[in-house]
Amino acid sequence: MTAAWRAATAPRWMIAGEWHAHPVRIATAVIAIAIGVALGFAVHLVNASALDRFARGLATVNGGADLRIETTSRQGIGENLYPRIARLPGIAAASPVVVLHARIGGMPVDLLGLDALRAAQVTPTLLPRPGAGDPMAVFDPQSLFLSHAALAGHRVGERIIVVVDGRAQSFTIAGSLPGAQARALGMIDIAAAQSRFARLGTIDRIDLKLAHGADTGRIRATLNAALPPGAILAGTADDADRTDALSRAYRVNLDMLALVALLTGAFLVYSAQALSVARRGPHFALLRVLGADRRMVTGQVLAEGLVFGVIGAAVGIGLGLGIAMLVLRLVGGDLGSGYFSAGDVPPLVFAPGAAAGFAALGIATALIGSLVPARTAARIAPAVALKNLGDAIDPRRTPAILPAVSLAGVGVAAALMPAVGGIALFGYLSIGLLLAGGVAAMPWLARALLAPLARRHFVSPAIELAVRRLWGAPSQAAVALSGIVASVGLMIAMAVMVASFRGSVDEWLGQILPADLYLTAGGDAPFDPTAQRALAGVAGVRHVVFSVQRPIALAPDRPALALVVRPDAASAYPSLGRRIAAPPGRIGIGVSEPAARLYQLAPGATVALPLGGHRVLAFVTGIFRDYARQAGAIAIDSTTYDQLTGDTHRGDAAIDIRPGADPATVIAAIHRRLPPLIADTIQILPVAALRQRALAIFDRSFAITYGLEAVAILVGLAGVAATASAQTMARTREFGMLRHLGVTRRQIVAMLGIEGALLGLVGGIAGVGLGCGVAQVLIRVINPQSFNWTMDTRTPLGLLAGVVLALIVASAITAMLAGRSAVSVDAVRAVREDW
Amino acid sequence: MSLGKPPARVQILRGIDLSVAPGESVALLGPSGSGKSSLMAVLAGLERPSGGQVRVTDLDFARLDEDGLAIARRGRIGIVLQAFHLLPTMTALENVAVPLELAGQPDAFARAEAELTAVGLAHRLRHYPAQMSGGEQQRVAIARAIAPRPTLLFADEPTGNLDAATGHAIMDLLFARHADTGATLFVITHDAGLAERCARVIELSDGLIVADRRHA
Amino acid sequence: MNGNLLALSHVAKSVPGGRLLFGDVSLDLAAGEFVAIMGESGVGKSTLLNLVAGLDAPDRGTVALDGTLLDTLGEDARAALRRRRIGFVFQAFHILPHLTLGQNVGLPLVLLRAPPRAAIARATDLLAAVGLAGREGDYPSQLSGGELQRVAIARAIAHRPALILADEPTGNLDPDTAARVLDLLVAQIRETGAAALLVTHSEVAAAAADRVLRLTADGLVAA
Repeated sequence: MTAAWRAATAPRWMIAGEWHAHPVRIATAVIAIAIGVALGFAVHLVNASALDRFARGLATVNGGADLRIETTSRQGIGENLYPRIARLPGIAAASPVVVLHARIGGMPVDLLGLDALRAAQVTPTLLPRPGAGDPMAVFDPQSLFLSHAALAGHRVGERIIVVVDGRAQSFTIAGSLPGAQARALGMIDIAAAQSRFARLGTIDRIDLKLAHGADTGRIRATLNAALPPGAILAGTADDADRTDALSRAYRVNLDMLALVALLTGAFLVYSAQALSVARRGPHFALLRVLGADRRMVTGQVLAEGLVFGVIGAAVGIGLGLGIAMLVLRLVGGDLGSGYFSAGDVPPLVFAPGAAAGFAALGIATALIGSLVPARTAARIAPAVALKNLGDAIDPRRTPAILPAVSLAGVGVAAALMPAVGGIALFGYLSIGLLLAGGVAAMPWLARALLAPLARRHFVSPAIELAVRRLWGAPSQAAVALSGIVASVGLMIAMAVMVASFRGSVDEWLGQILPADLYLTAGGDAPFDPTAQRALAGVAGVRHVVFSVQRPIALAPDRPALALVVRPDAASAYPSLGRRIAAPPGRIGIGVSEPAARLYQLAPGATVALPLGGHRVLAFVTGIFRDYARQAGAIAIDSTTYDQLTGDTHRGDAAIDIRPGADPATVIAAIHRRLPPLIADTIQILPVAALRQRALAIFDRSFAITYGLEAVAILVGLAGVAATASAQTMARTREFGMLRHLGVTRRQIVAMLGIEGALLGLVGGIAGVGLGCGVAQVLIRVINPQSFNWTMDTRTPLGLLAGVVLALIVASAITAMLAGRSAVSVDAVRAVREDW
Repeated sequence: MSLGKPPARVQILRGIDLSVAPGESVALLGPSGSGKSSLMAVLAGLERPSGGQVRVTDLDFARLDEDGLAIARRGRIGIVLQAFHLLPTMTALENVAVPLELAGQPDAFARAEAELTAVGLAHRLRHYPAQMSGGEQQRVAIARAIAPRPTLLFADEPTGNLDAATGHAIMDLLFARHADTGATLFVITHDAGLAERCARVIELSDGLIVADRRHA
Repeated sequence: MNGNLLALSHVAKSVPGGRLLFGDVSLDLAAGEFVAIMGESGVGKSTLLNLVAGLDAPDRGTVALDGTLLDTLGEDARAALRRRRIGFVFQAFHILPHLTLGQNVGLPLVLLRAPPRAAIARATDLLAAVGLAGREGDYPSQLSGGELQRVAIARAIAHRPALILADEPTGNLDPDTAARVLDLLVAQIRETGAAALLVTHSEVAAAAADRVLRLTADGLVAA
């Protein structure tokens, strides 16, 4: 036995004795910590597993090249770049690639045109395996090699139609791609890709293999200098960033929830510990009289917190692992948000580092929750506390508000800080501080809210007693409420944020979807001018606005933006803030809010767009709201775009129908009129259905958050129940005296019920107020910093009222249940002087 | 009359016959465990005897249930306890007014104020228990017990938490208020000196009355 | 210093409100000496014990234990002195409800970093000595007041303190029990050879002491 362990014998005995006597109190605090850790860890695991799967998928397409040169637009790079690059020093081998987004039998497939000889040196995992054993098949312009996923029931040797941008070509399936089984990938000869899909003279990518021992940094510099506009250098790390950005929104949202649970845990630990320290005041006093120093007392309370934390963390890690497995199996890697393709269950990736991190977070939470009670315990004056057995409630003592104001002040200051590395670190800190400030303000608030009631006189003794009790001893009320105020505050904050988000999305959908019908080709652009004219000529169609989205990269280290090509691009979307006209002769573009924030663009700024192999300077005329493309979007006028690029294909259409025309008839007519190759790839939806679908996806994404919030609230309520019942049991002497005076048991239970209801009211008001404040941090700090979009605040009044009401009812019932057992204690024995 | 306390069902009082005249002052004397506290509990309607009758004025406490007893205590029974037991969140005035309001008295605050003046605390009406000394708190407790003009006034070790001088003053006050109001006073104590101040001293031992003396 | 275990010299103390409790108290206590202090309630007998234990500081004058002036020590050093040299018996027993009797009695020993097993073993012996043999695993809720005070006496002598401070140890007990508990306390004080200060207002209790002093507003006088 070590000396330290032996020195801790007295605290160990005290802790064991306390836990033996109050197991429920311990369990509540431990469960609160465990849930926080479990949620955080589960969210992390699910994300890590999903991202892992995603990253692997990408690595498959890229085939393991050291570096890549990519096109920044759909127009590709001139193929003469290839020999220049291949000759540069440090480049061991280079492999040109044509990248096509194809549909094979209705299924989207990434189709790569490769030079098999060169690919063998640079990206050997992309090499096909000819089915009939004829190695020359890879050079045959009729040969198509498909991964297992892309094969989808077809057999080697079969003839199959491949559609790219509305152009159909027939190939023979000549074999498989053993390096890419799970991903829908296809490979054809590069020459066939260029000639058969109108890509002559252009390539989309050059995969590079560096010379052994080459200086990557210098080669990058050399390459960057050699690249024309429209081509950028990309490395493997960039890909990880891009995939990361995809799900970041979702992760931040769920991280927020884990934070809710952990913070709630911290406050529950605080209220459990504060209560237990108050109750054990004489015990600590005795220890001090017997010669324990203050450090030992502080140490004991902190040690209790540590044990809460360790048990909670251990349970939480196990629970988190279980939740993650369950979620992956039931909902999929995207937690139902639809970011990743359905039916694709990634294997769970256990992360020991993250497990340790979340465990440490849980333990830290428990320790932080124990900090203030530990200090209180150490400050007990031993001789005084030993004499005064009852709690020295002095109603004249005005609760302090300064600490709360200071905490909130620092919280607001933190909210004004910028993001750190794309993460709204200070925003989260601000939420924590605001919550701590809100909880610290509870005694003051309870008194302030009850003061008007306390001045009144009530005929019912139950009401009179309840009001006076809460007004006179507000810090006790605050201790009981701290956990629930924190969890309700965060829940309200989430609810306000989600309501604001949903409202803003709904409004935005209304703005961007003014037409009757919407046609989409699922990312393809099959409408050449002929097809466009055909569509516009369909009976019942009054007016069609064609548009297309093309990826465009403004910076090599950032994900590609969406270039939205449509008529009247500058004025089609309502502008956030001012809009200025482009100077004569300049190209005007609108930029989406995320694009504006990511690239620091304001109206009047100039952007160099890589279009048609040139750098084209464009003038930003306005900023439009956009919740669809997190990486940012740029709207450019069709005419301008066509002139710059010669790309007249379109993929989407907003269709207004003639008055009186039946949408379903028009849709059918469109399908009939269009060539089958196009008709098969498109989808047409009435605007209402589209809006409904968008909101349904939104609601599904947030559905899981509601479930988790409910859990947080339940844990908070459990905390109230545990604290309230402990406080009630500690008041048996008071109840005994009241019964001596002739108060009936029923009146005492009624008094406790009223106290509980008032407590719930105060907690509800505080939680709602706090929640609305924290919601502003979410809306104005966390969301813009994490997702680069803003939203207008919308307050779900019904929900707020419902939460307050539920809190009142729940805490009244809790208090009455606790009261029933408290008044069953013998009135005569309750007033006896012993403990 | 006997009192069975579940679950142990120890007989604490073993067939006690006692009758007390209105306005008498009675000391219940005995060591702890003698049954004096249980006798008080039964007389004050705090507990029901397992058998027998407890007649206070027109009511048989033995036949009432919990809530019935609580209601019967209002206005009939006043109790002063060793540890004062004031409500810490209420002022002296409000503490005294609570039983008056329970008894449905209309002018509770006026009467409470008069009662506090009578125990010498006119200057402490708006003070909280935390602001008062032990002796003052016990005065508030006496005012609270006497304000509804109870038929029976019980004082359970009323000086146990006070120093001798203060305790003496408190007993003087208690007897003075007993004399003024005509309530029947029971003093429960193990202090023979204190007991001697009552007109009648009843000694208990092992749940039985072993002595019943009257002074002149 | 004069080699006395305890030396109080011209100690004065007022209550926080301002009323003077005592103005000039001096007391020398030799090792092994048993002194009873009597006096009216409210004269500050408990406060005097608090001063001796270093739980409170005098307004004037000095308190020395083992020749060390308490006001020269920090709070933690005074705590250390208490746990080595002093045993306490209180009126309200102060037995921790969530610890077993063995743990309660062993508490002073583990505070001095004794191995828990040895502490429990000694506690078991001491409990037997105060008439509670075999009860070391019981919890205090199962005990009567007299039994609780026996546990407290066992705890007070567990670490063989040089000085036992007993504050109205029989104040919460009925007379018969009080007499038996007091006999036990006196026997244990004599047996351990510790010095003792016994605050009481019971003449019977005081009679067992070597010296009986009365605390008044002026100071300590022989009774």
